[in-house]
Amino acid sequence: MIRDLLGLVVDLNLLDRYGWRMLDGLAITLKLVGITFVLGAVLGLGIALMRLSRNRIVAGIAFAYVYFFRGTPLLAQLFVLYYGAGQFRDTLEPLGLWTILRDAWNCALITFTLNTAAYQAEILRGGIQSLPKGQSEAAAALGLRPWQALWKVILPQALIVGLRPLGNELILMIKASAVASLITVYDLMGVTRLAFSRSYNFQVYLWAAVLYLALVETVRRVWAFAERRLTRHLRPA
Amino acid sequence: MDRLFSLLAFGPSGWGDEIAAGAFVTLSLALATLPFGILLGLLVALAQRGRSRVLAGAATIFNTIFRGLPELLTLLIVYYGGQILLQAVVRALGLGINVQVNAFVAGMVALGLVLAAFSAEVWAGALNSIAKGQREAGYALGLSRWQTFRLVVAPQLLRVALPGLSNNWLALLKETSLVSTIALPDLMRQTNVAVGNTKEPFFFFSVAILLYLLFSVASGGVIALLEARANRGMGRARA
Repeated sequence: MIRDLLGLVVDLNLLDRYGWRMLDGLAITLKLVGITFVLGAVLGLGIALMRLSRNRIVAGIAFAYVYFFRGTPLLAQLFVLYYGAGQFRDTLEPLGLWTILRDAWNCALITFTLNTAAYQAEILRGGIQSLPKGQSEAAAALGLRPWQALWKVILPQALIVGLRPLGNELILMIKASAVASLITVYDLMGVTRLAFSRSYNFQVYLWAAVLYLALVETVRRVWAFAERRLTRHLRPA
Repeated sequence: MDRLFSLLAFGPSGWGDEIAAGAFVTLSLALATLPFGILLGLLVALAQRGRSRVLAGAATIFNTIFRGLPELLTLLIVYYGGQILLQAVVRALGLGINVQVNAFVAGMVALGLVLAAFSAEVWAGALNSIAKGQREAGYALGLSRWQTFRLVVAPQLLRVALPGLSNNWLALLKETSLVSTIALPDLMRQTNVAVGNTKEPFFFFSVAILLYLLFSVASGGVIALLEARANRGMGRARA
């Protein structure tokens, strides 16, 4: 019954053949974005702190890092690592790095982490810089060590400021992760391209569109809910 | 090292001219998409706050779709979907000709739709920043709705929207690299071809990355000039 109704809008044969594989692809997309977003947050915090360092060289390196990753296409970054690594096989092999970089999945993971770290670093830096100086002075006056002040006073407030842009960055990452399919990672986009190249049925692209939209919309709503909940103490009664 | 740089020579022996041609396609595509995308974005933003509920609803759906879909997927849908549509039209008209969707046009449409959706948000913010009294003053002077928009609102709009639109432009510049997947000979595609022939992926992709970086830096310079011009006469608060 449900199948008959479904049959009116979609090609059931195609759905039987590729439906589950596309859901597997969706899971791969989630996994890829989930891991890279978290790793990117850790790295991004380090870069944000470097960027705010009083040491000019340290701050300069962080600035160059951020500028490079934000100023060039993710696709080009991915290609230079994935295809470029093969050229240095002789150097990489004794270091044990070749087994890592040979794999498209790892290359996507590394590139996306480095890329999102640059964007997240800028969000965190903006959040930290938006706080009044009195916050760190008060922390120092209370006898907190610099890292204690950072961890307990500065970061929690900076993260609240950065909450919304971080949500946007997560959504941008979900969308950008589709380029992983171009280096043979079978994420949602990868499976879709495979299904299209075998069936020449345009429908698969529309299914992928629905799945991506559902994913992005879910993330957006969950993030908005979390934001409301986390900032409830800041709202006027 | 000399050997690598000789690969960049112009002429039949090197890839310099091919890559330069690719860079030209990349820039042309981005520049061709820009006016189309930001004007459509402005229309979407105006529709969203207009009186018509149907138009406002359509604008919201437009934004949700094109901000939510991966740019790569939008591009493939426009390219292959456009092909199917075009063939259906040709068949319906009874023309026995074989038509092909132009990759440049498909790229322009797809990236333009994405740019429209993202710039609509910037325009909406800018529209909100203009005090209601400005419009009311326009009407009080006897200007029509269109005149008020053109003479009173629009000049102020651009100044507020410029930083956001600059970000949209930088994103667009990078997104053009995706059109290499539909065989448009842009910078990325030409680099791929050079890599395929020379087996020097690291070198050529690095060159491509540096060119994109150069475009971003140059854009930053132009944007700074535009902002200085848009803000002329506006005193800055001094700390």
